[in-house]
Amino acid sequence: MTSRIKNFFASVADSDVWYSFWRSPSAIIAAVITLAVVLAAIFAPIVSPHNPFDLASLNIMDANTPPAWNAEGSRDFLLGTDDQGRDVLSAIFYGSRVSLIVGGASVLFSMVLGVALGLISGYVGGRLDSIIMRIADVQLSFPAILIALLVDGVARGLLPHDMQESMSLYVLIFSIGISGWVQYARTVRGSTMVERNKEYVQAAKLIGIGPITILRRHILPNVTGPVLVIATIHLAVAIITEATLSFLGVGIPPTTPSLGTLIRIGDSYLFSGEWWISIFPGITLVILVLAVNLLGDWLRDALNPKLR
Amino acid sequence: MALLDIQDIRIEFPSRRGTRTAVDGITLELNKGEILGVVGESGAGKSTIGNAVIGLLEAPGRLAGGQVLLDGKRIDSLSEAEKRKVRGRRVGMIFQDPLTSLDPLQTVESQLAETMQVHLNITREQACKRAVDLLTQVGIHQPELRVKQYPHQFSGGMRQRVVIALALCCEPEVIIADEPTTALDVSIQAQILDLLRKLCKEKQVGMIIITHDMGVIADVTDRVAVLYRGKLVEQGPTAKILGNPDHPYTRSLISAVPRPDVKLKRFPLVTYIEDVKTTTQIDVATHWLGQARKDFARKDNHGPLVQVRDLGLRFMLRNAFLERNRRTLDAVKQVSLEIPEGEVFGLVGESGSGKSTMARLISGLYKPTGGAVLFDGTDINQLKSERALNPIRRQIQMVFQDPYSSVNPRMRVLDIIAEPIRFHKLAANEAEVRRIVGDLLDVVGLGGQAAGRFPHEFSGGQRQRIAIARALATRPRFLICDEPTSALDVSIQAQILNLLKDLQEQLHLTMLFISHDLPVIRQMCDRVGVMRHGELLEVAETETLFTAPKHEYTQHLLGLMPRLQKMSQEGLEIA
Repeated sequence: MTSRIKNFFASVADSDVWYSFWRSPSAIIAAVITLAVVLAAIFAPIVSPHNPFDLASLNIMDANTPPAWNAEGSRDFLLGTDDQGRDVLSAIFYGSRVSLIVGGASVLFSMVLGVALGLISGYVGGRLDSIIMRIADVQLSFPAILIALLVDGVARGLLPHDMQESMSLYVLIFSIGISGWVQYARTVRGSTMVERNKEYVQAAKLIGIGPITILRRHILPNVTGPVLVIATIHLAVAIITEATLSFLGVGIPPTTPSLGTLIRIGDSYLFSGEWWISIFPGITLVILVLAVNLLGDWLRDALNPKLR
Repeated sequence: MALLDIQDIRIEFPSRRGTRTAVDGITLELNKGEILGVVGESGAGKSTIGNAVIGLLEAPGRLAGGQVLLDGKRIDSLSEAEKRKVRGRRVGMIFQDPLTSLDPLQTVESQLAETMQVHLNITREQACKRAVDLLTQVGIHQPELRVKQYPHQFSGGMRQRVVIALALCCEPEVIIADEPTTALDVSIQAQILDLLRKLCKEKQVGMIIITHDMGVIADVTDRVAVLYRGKLVEQGPTAKILGNPDHPYTRSLISAVPRPDVKLKRFPLVTYIEDVKTTTQIDVATHWLGQARKDFARKDNHGPLVQVRDLGLRFMLRNAFLERNRRTLDAVKQVSLEIPEGEVFGLVGESGSGKSTMARLISGLYKPTGGAVLFDGTDINQLKSERALNPIRRQIQMVFQDPYSSVNPRMRVLDIIAEPIRFHKLAANEAEVRRIVGDLLDVVGLGGQAAGRFPHEFSGGQRQRIAIARALATRPRFLICDEPTSALDVSIQAQILNLLKDLQEQLHLTMLFISHDLPVIRQMCDRVGVMRHGELLEVAETETLFTAPKHEYTQHLLGLMPRLQKMSQEGLEIA
């Protein structure tokens, strides 16, 4: 087993993707930034100077403290505090955590749904394919954010009032996830239709292997390349969508703020001079999304032999 | 002084894993009105030379040494703009695939006229008039009408004629034809080669024909250069090289070409090719592999193993509510044939004749729209449940044409070959599966160490061996080979055909062997069926068919066989 793992790492180190990674400065910088944000989010309780959710430790006297380099700033709060005296830096750490969880989970959800539907659609073809693809077309004609808003609103309407707070994270993941499956389904459907006619699939049919095993064992591993690229770019979109929804007030409640919620909180203070409450979470969001996008761009180029 | 003088050129492809030298120190000369053949197997660097001459080397390739002289002047060191003037004006190109070398959105006239206007400084009217002339010269009927048409309105052979007209339109001094007939059927191939030869002599153009096909070389070239892994092994007059080659590589290359005239027991063993592991010979008959027969041979079936009755397949090209508005195509029409146990039955025909469709119908991959396929007395399309079908499936296996797409690139060789054994539970435990896979790899000449590797680590011929091992892994009685060697080099082809022949004899396999290549059919098959447009025209014993064909289409096909008679007997009998 250990030799297999060793072999795996050896083959990764020798692969063309790894090679092109070390020759792309933008990819390296993007990877470093993404990794830093992810690590900060994972270890938020350790690296944060304060716990922004511990109501007992908040002091209203600290409210609206400007950043540390400002004359009125305090060295305790590097990036200042918000209207309730929460440390903005700590809130950003915890906020990225929520943003990344929602982004990652909804991408995973979209991916599983989209890949499954794409495989079935491309392999079975015929009427089922038409039905799935028409649904995809209809959904594609609405902006993703609108779909997410709609699903979110319906889910809230259906859920009992006392569960709304606790379920809001899952509702958000579901609504962002459901709005993004179309791209995966279309791409996978196209590749599946190509792979389906290849001779190795016909050979598998001749052996007598059933369609589910053929899809799982033979076709799925051969269509994953583009899916990985879409997933990376989609992660950036999902984070933005979450931030937008939270900014609009339909996402994560202010008690456990995400980056979007933080920006919304700061928004009302923007014109009274307390700019730092929304600017710093905003910068974090932009940098994170940009880095993830750059990674996705590089991955697309690295996996596309025509551009090599 | 020679018209085109290629002096000691060296072409390199630098990459992260070191620089690969594709062409190393090759010197060639081409005179006016002469056809020089450049022959070699894949990877020999023959196309690279052609591209280097016209300055179209694919990145990151570069000319690392030597020079190319056209009419005494260097053309390899010209600037890009000057090279463009040479290309098309003085050196014309003909590529393999006539479909992709024409612009599908422009009429033939505008493509020809545009090329002439760029290079020749003539008016549009003159150019259009000349376009009609050119089409007449390349043998296209009703040129005034056809010049206004788009490439998709021409057939493959006609399209290649248009490409030739395009290469000729600026009266170049040199034409480089890179596999000009490889994508075409034999009957069209002969016409195109005749045309090239005629034009070359009439217009006193020097022509380089790059090909892997000894038949083409024998047919049209005056001189021939043989390439092996980027090096020139031999060059000289065609008759001399084909009849009395000096170099052992040329000798083995020629002897590997299947003979059209005499049936040999085996293909001559070719030296000088990728080494096949000589493995411990397994006594196949007493091995796991050979014991299949007892399991399923039905006692009550005394007829032929495979019976095809009035088989038909109709594709719907355009569906419509009213029947008269529907468009259908009969890929296979009313075909009946029988294959007795242990026979090798050949199906031959040109592209579009329905022979591959037949293979898929008989194997059960396609469902017929008429007729029936009986295997060992059972109609395979009447069996509805998977459970009932599986014992039959296991007895019918297929080897496909394209070794690059017939094995799953994401699976290890072990898992590829073990899949059927595991699926049909043909082995008691995993250890036995591994042992059988090892033995199978030995049988096909790859050796057991191949099991842990991925398909991309193997060459085309080796992949075809993997595909054969996979087909054998179900212990089949009936093996369908659909053009198993047409994607391979001749030397590899000889090996694979020998392997299939040996396996057929040792395992007493029944075989359906499909090919467009008549000499191959003659070497492999006991009986042959000839197909055209989905119909089976003639079935006969192989020797009868080749010596006394009845149907006129068969006679026509036999007449077009690559004319290797130019080669002397010595050339063929070496090895």
